[in-house]
Amino acid sequence: MSTLLVQDISVSFGGNRALRDVSFTVEPGQIFAIIGPNGAGKSTIFNAISRIYPVSGGTIHFGDRDLLALKPHQVVESGIARTFQNIELFEKATVLQNLLVGCHAKMERSLLSEFLFLPRVRQREMVVRRKVEEVLDLLDMQHLRSELVADLPYGARKNVELARALCAEPQLLMLDEPASGLNPEETTDMSFWLKDIKEELGVTILMVEHDMNLVTRTADRVLALANGEVVTIGSPAGVQSDPRVQHAYLGGVE
Amino acid sequence: MRTLFKTNYSFDIDHLVDPGERFRVLLVIAIALALPLWLSSYALSELLMFLCYALAGLGLMVLTGFSGQVSFGHAAFLAIGAYAQVWFLQRGMPFAFSLLLAGLVTAVFGALLGRAASKMHGFYLAIATLAFAILIETVIGAAGPVTGGHMGIQVPGIEFFGQPLDETWMQYYLYLGVLLFFVWGVANLKRSANGRAMVAVRDSETSAQSLGVNVARIKIQTFFASAYITGIAGALMAHQLFYLSPEAFGLGESLKLLLMIVVGGLGTISGAIIGAVFVSFLPNAIELLREVLPARVAHQVGLEPFLFGAIIAGFIIFEPDGLYGRWRKFRLFLETYPYYKRATFTRQKRYLKTGRFR
Repeated sequence: MSTLLVQDISVSFGGNRALRDVSFTVEPGQIFAIIGPNGAGKSTIFNAISRIYPVSGGTIHFGDRDLLALKPHQVVESGIARTFQNIELFEKATVLQNLLVGCHAKMERSLLSEFLFLPRVRQREMVVRRKVEEVLDLLDMQHLRSELVADLPYGARKNVELARALCAEPQLLMLDEPASGLNPEETTDMSFWLKDIKEELGVTILMVEHDMNLVTRTADRVLALANGEVVTIGSPAGVQSDPRVQHAYLGGVE
Repeated sequence: MRTLFKTNYSFDIDHLVDPGERFRVLLVIAIALALPLWLSSYALSELLMFLCYALAGLGLMVLTGFSGQVSFGHAAFLAIGAYAQVWFLQRGMPFAFSLLLAGLVTAVFGALLGRAASKMHGFYLAIATLAFAILIETVIGAAGPVTGGHMGIQVPGIEFFGQPLDETWMQYYLYLGVLLFFVWGVANLKRSANGRAMVAVRDSETSAQSLGVNVARIKIQTFFASAYITGIAGALMAHQLFYLSPEAFGLGESLKLLLMIVVGGLGTISGAIIGAVFVSFLPNAIELLREVLPARVAHQVGLEPFLFGAIIAGFIIFEPDGLYGRWRKFRLFLETYPYYKRATFTRQKRYLKTGRFR
């Protein structure tokens, strides 16, 4: 199992420094939550790790791999899968097809053999389908298998996105606001799933979340971020009671 | 309403598992095979052009329908395929090899365009493909020694393994065979990893990328495959035109192909075929229309392009799913009668696209 090691990363957009020397470590098997007010740079951390945004300083290592040396589509091969804040599903495809794209990195591909659909292409399809079915079982969504994503309600889409990331068989799962837009009941389901994923699959989870209820229920460690800088890192209770964190959310209370 | 009871993963992999759909597709193929019994050779030669358009439409469907890359210059690939075919035949290459090579040459051009276009989106891509088409048309016009320039060039007849195919029905079966082969191939592509990656790139490049899809590579591959199919269509079309000149592959042809896939239904193979039927017989329909229209309107210059444009606009506004989408709604109406409701197909519009990044 690999450790995610983020050291002194900075991200700037023009003159606007979205992240300033952010460092943290996610140990294997942890649920690590990032909290912070809007615009603190939480999603920017995610986009830096998945190589969508260029990083202007610092290093990111996952295990012994230097993530900054990878291209965005290679990040998943190192064992990191993610979801997006505004749900980036393939809308005009079925849930099954979405999840199969999740297995894309593991599949051997060749245009010609797929065009002719040689027997080995079918075998490969069967193998990844098995994996997809396991994920569907874990998240209890077999009934959605052949639904079009465009037909699904918001909460179900969130889960499909989680499932799609799991299909990539990651060691580290990055969830960008897994509980946003979910009702309390769905949020409870989510917290159980997160624990299941951690305990049954042994996947490390890094998440951005605003729902403190979910964070205290699931997270092992919490990082509070404000204005692109780390305020504090600690246990959920410790971070919540930290006066600097309260200051970051509420403003001056001297 | 029929529900399929799935007992095996193959149900989601095999083609045409739905018995009704299987019956309809086989019926269409059977009718297509039997047509030479009933039709005159003149009508058959019209059908040959239709088969070429259907194949070209299939090529464009791979590009625009599956991976969402719009092309306003697909007729350029028809032209490259057609000229390459003539060039190879003139050098004594057998028909079958020449056809494969013509496709390959076109595909290489496609991949090069794809390489240049892999970072472009929407409007810019449309302009780039348009510029490519104009460039190719100009180059063909200027390259007199090879292409015959604007004077044109004669297309040799088809000789299939030493057997001249001079009867229209022989050519018809050959063309039909080629079309069916590519329909099968594209359907295969659609159910495997690269085909899914194409759809993924169309719907969200960012998440496709985070799942390990090399977006630039998929785009180049899509251009390659699309240009290959369209090139073959061009090569086959050359034998129906008898005489090639660059004007035969102008902007009008590109728009015609685009009209086909939009009217047929973007993203589906049936859409390409239905669109080809529509576009091939639209000129005949317009002729009929001319007879009933008042003379001043009927002989107005530009009536045909005007109607083409109006039809594209109409479909985009009222039926973005095209004729095939309309057909699916009609099927559902019959299957669920009397419980059909229009709301089944209404989609909520989503405005939550602010956080999207390319």
